[in-house]
Amino acid sequence: MIWTDLRRIIKAGITNFWRTGTVSLSSVFIFTVTLYFLGSLIFLQAVLDYTLTQIKDRVDVNTYFTIATNESKILSIKKKLEALPEVSSVNYTSRDEALAQFKKRHENDYLTLQALDELGDNPLGASLNIKAKDPSQYESIVRFLQSDSLGAESGGLIDKINYNQNKNVIERLSGIIDGSKKIGFGVAFALAILSVLITFNTIRLVIYVAREEIGIMQLVGANDSYVRGPFIVGGIIYGVFSAIFALILFVPTTIWFGETTTNFFGGINIFDYYMSNFLEIAFILLLSGVLLGAISSVLAVRKYLR
Amino acid sequence: MIYFDKVSKIYKDQSVALEDVTITISPGEFVSIVGHSGAGKTTLLKMLMVEEKPTTGKVFFESIDVQTLRGKEIPTYRRRIGVVFQDFKLLPNKTAYENIAFAMEAAGRSDEEIASDVPHALELVDLGLKRWNFPHQLSGGERQRVAIARSIINQPDVLIADEPTGNLDPINTQEIIQILKKINDLGTTVILTTHNKGVIDSLGKRVVTMENGRISRDDEKGRYVM
Repeated sequence: MIWTDLRRIIKAGITNFWRTGTVSLSSVFIFTVTLYFLGSLIFLQAVLDYTLTQIKDRVDVNTYFTIATNESKILSIKKKLEALPEVSSVNYTSRDEALAQFKKRHENDYLTLQALDELGDNPLGASLNIKAKDPSQYESIVRFLQSDSLGAESGGLIDKINYNQNKNVIERLSGIIDGSKKIGFGVAFALAILSVLITFNTIRLVIYVAREEIGIMQLVGANDSYVRGPFIVGGIIYGVFSAIFALILFVPTTIWFGETTTNFFGGINIFDYYMSNFLEIAFILLLSGVLLGAISSVLAVRKYLR
Repeated sequence: MIYFDKVSKIYKDQSVALEDVTITISPGEFVSIVGHSGAGKTTLLKMLMVEEKPTTGKVFFESIDVQTLRGKEIPTYRRRIGVVFQDFKLLPNKTAYENIAFAMEAAGRSDEEIASDVPHALELVDLGLKRWNFPHQLSGGERQRVAIARSIINQPDVLIADEPTGNLDPINTQEIIQILKKINDLGTTVILTTHNKGVIDSLGKRVVTMENGRISRDDEKGRYVM
């Protein structure tokens, strides 16, 4: 009995979808726009996340040691730093490496190299390059380096920490990152709500057109779920078709935007991202479409079921 | 048996649709209810269909106090009453066949029953050849015949025909009335409302006359007197 009803409801939903051609077509169109919109939010979020991670990754603090500091002490400080929960990585650059890097950087600058040669000895100290897990944590790491917690080890060893000169930039960047995350989430949330309202209204119009039919079905003796069923099936069909159309539409869009995003945001190619996350995005869009269609239908029909 | 017991309907704006109406309709009867527009005919029928509730009084269908039916019981109850309207009320996206089949599906009948009964009903109203036409491809008379076939497909105890010939020409009107008589002859109670004097006079059946929400006459073998 339940299966017979279910089969009849699904059949009626599909038949209605085909027979109300224009209405179905325009609904699918609006649903597609909405899902396209929702999908774009996923891409926007991905680009934002990637960019912010990139920026975060570029922030670091260098601690330069005096020339006289011996390597074992620096390595022991490195160990202690690595033990801190805020620290994501610490890189050691020895005096020789620093010199090599300096020479490479100035390989076309003959005057500087000559001056270096005249000095004879290596004037550069070793350094530690520290990366924090979050930009806001540099302050406490630097405080740790300057504090007594390193004991006598650090006394007079540290020549300079380039945090203070970068402090303003780092702080502003943390602010921007936090802000963009909040704004990104807020905008995505507002747009998602907007799309839900648009689809809901579309379905409401479709069912408003069919309100007389609902009354007739009830007069003929159909119970509420038998009246509601085909509309829910219709809503689900809108959702499925629209998700498929939106997924297809994203192919040319992401190809077109791919180059631009790679150049502009440094690294992320939106088309590659789409392809590598296709199943996940397809699942999200299909689920959103189906849920939006079904829930809107239930809510819209309820008004006419007396 | 249908029994309206001192039924009144007063709307929120204090307009009175029905006032102290008491009437009994026996099984197998053919009753015509006549009266001007706004006399209360349709309100009376809507109460039997549980589309409206009386302000005071009670409506009984056999032993059922119609007012006490709960939401879930109403669809089952309504399947015992077939209804035909002036504006046909067919589902526009379903064919003649599907419109009739829908009433059976709603009643939970099997596919086999539907496949055997629907063609019979279509033959009864002489629409066998137009079964796959949509309502907009049928004439007014044909649409009303589909509606009648739908209303009787579940073998209801009562058939309500609310001005079924209001939109039809005289020839189609006569055809519809003949079908209603045939259905009544087969044992179904028929309640007909109409403005058509010719129809009432030709029937020679019980006529209830309503005026301003009250019953002013109730004649066995009556005529249209207004």
